Amino acid sequence: MSSAQIEIQLIACLVAIACAIPGTFLVLRKMAMISDAISHSILPGLVIGFFITEDLNSPWLILLAAVSGVITVIMVEFIQKTGLVKEDTAIGLVFPALFSIGVILIAKNANDVHLDVDAVLLGELAFAPFDRLFVNGVDLGAKSIWIIGTIVVITLTLLITFFKELKVSTFDKQLAATLGFSPLVIHYGLMSIASVTTVGAFDAVGAILVVALMIAPAAMAYLLTNNLKKMLIIAILAGIASALIGYWVAHYLDASIAGSMTTVLGFLFLLVYLFAPSKGLISVLYRQKRQQVEVYLLTFMLHLQNHTEESERHINHLGEHINWGKMQSKTVVDLALKNNMIVIDDNIISLTEKGKGFAEKAIDYITTNSTVAIEEMKEDFFLFRG
Amino acid sequence: METKYAITVDDLTVAYNYKPVLWDIDLAIPEGVLMAIVGPNGAGKSTLIKSILGIIKPIAGSVKIFGKPYKKQYKEVAYVPQKGSVDWDFPTTALDVVMMGTYGSLGWIKRPGQKEKKAALEALEKVGMLSFKSRQISQLSGGQQQRIFLARALVQNASIYLMDEPFQGVDATTEKAIINILKELRKAGKTLIVVHHDLQTVPEYFDWVTFLNVKKIATGPVKDIFNDGNLTKTYGINYKVSVQE
Ligand SMILES: Nc1ncnc2c1ncn2[C@@H]1O[C@H](COP(=O)(O)OP(=O)(O)O)[C@@H](O)[C@H]1O
Ligand SMILES: [Mg+2]
Repeated sequence: MSSAQIEIQLIACLVAIACAIPGTFLVLRKMAMISDAISHSILPGLVIGFFITEDLNSPWLILLAAVSGVITVIMVEFIQKTGLVKEDTAIGLVFPALFSIGVILIAKNANDVHLDVDAVLLGELAFAPFDRLFVNGVDLGAKSIWIIGTIVVITLTLLITFFKELKVSTFDKQLAATLGFSPLVIHYGLMSIASVTTVGAFDAVGAILVVALMIAPAAMAYLLTNNLKKMLIIAILAGIASALIGYWVAHYLDASIAGSMTTVLGFLFLLVYLFAPSKGLISVLYRQKRQQVEVYLLTFMLHLQNHTEESERHINHLGEHINWGKMQSKTVVDLALKNNMIVIDDNIISLTEKGKGFAEKAIDYITTNSTVAIEEMKEDFFLFRG
Repeated sequence: METKYAITVDDLTVAYNYKPVLWDIDLAIPEGVLMAIVGPNGAGKSTLIKSILGIIKPIAGSVKIFGKPYKKQYKEVAYVPQKGSVDWDFPTTALDVVMMGTYGSLGWIKRPGQKEKKAALEALEKVGMLSFKSRQISQLSGGQQQRIFLARALVQNASIYLMDEPFQGVDATTEKAIINILKELRKAGKTLIVVHHDLQTVPEYFDWVTFLNVKKIATGPVKDIFNDGNLTKTYGINYKVSVQE
């Protein structure tokens, strides 16, 4: 690996970390779309900042662009508060307008600088290592590493310092307000961080990858854990993994680095969406199927409990009495046998002690809706979950 | 002796998009009462509670908590929001939600420690939810979620409790458990204000009541003012409840 390759990967990983942290909170606040709006509408801020500072890497430029990100949020909220349109409509109104102002400003005035629309959308990660930071003539590495590294340090420090405040205001805004934590301050703090991160990362990786790195890793983490701290860690790791895999895929295919990373993010998300242990699609479908079978099992138990006469309990007449097909009857009988809830003696089905106990508890639960009765059954029985 | 008021509301008017939903409310809630707020859907009950808590800014009037603005008194007040106001899929546990009740006394930046955890565990025990402490909150039943909210308010160790429909969607056992805790709190001198829907149980559960429907219809002791006349004025139709003595 050349040092340029290492630097590119380092930049990508730093961007992944910087994006995953605000991204996690945006996803939990159901504001994923806002990151899209910010990433596009900082463009006019960036252009105006560039005219003023004439330096693409000036911290002032980053601040100015970040301010236009926050202004976007304020505009979206203002439009939304009028009650005339929904939030996503408001977002859809604001950011194309601001983005196109940015595009026009570039076209009119910045033809010969390294700001162009392609670069804005896709970034120029491959060239990032050529823009060096020199102090007193000493080469300290790629400028992007320093810019994004600084953003990572600030974001991590804020996250650790205000973790409790972020958590409570994200979970329960009203409680946060009554406890003396202004949700407005936290909200705009988060929006500012999201804007600064977007601006800092944007030059290197482009708007599309910034949005993807904010949302996809957080969405994966959301499906993989029920713990906020773990969600943050998983989001960071998923972002880093996508960045590294994406880099090498691009390397071997000789493709756009940002494009390849975005594709990998999409692919990893799909995998998680399908296969996540308890919240993934397959697991959800499996659980629904099991629940259905368990409802049948319960119906069957109750039938046996209610009917002592042998004719009602003959295995071949099960179909007639409760109107089930052969397959269905067999599945249920097998399940009951496997769980030692019934015994079959000379084709006559009887409940075992365990089966009787189960049926009684289930009736208790259904009639009283009291959860105490079934607490211990919950572990091996999906039916009573949720 | 002069009555001490936990909450005084003066000429309060609140509007959403310029449409007033609370109109010129005057209310003085004596310290130590267990008070129901009753009124039809959309009467502004939740809005009144949120205005007392400073979550909503009124267009006119003022609210005082023990004679001072809410901002100075927030440690004296605990809030139990409507269960539907939060996302129960949020990645956290029952214990963690209860711990959030301690954040107010901690203030900014300081993190909860052993003392806060102990308080949260005690509150969970009180509401009969200790064995669920590590459970993810979406895996709790509606009644259990409501108990968690109550436990969260208990750890705030406040003087005033404001609760928005704490009995909504809970089973009979939970309702009994909650009302017993509320009565215990009142015995300990706390002031409790509860948005309540089931008119039948008002005389059994509460000693004070406020009728609300955009305007304040009446407020006072249940035994004096909980009658068909006020119910009719509040609900608009000719209302009759059989009040068991
Ligand atoms: N955020 C809001 N924006 C606009 N109107 C609202 C909002 N919240 C409540 N309202 C309206 O204000 C009125 C009072 O609401 P609320 O206080 O929730 O009543 P209650 O709790 O008594 O059912 C209702 O007509 C409701 O539609
Ligand atoms: Mg309400």
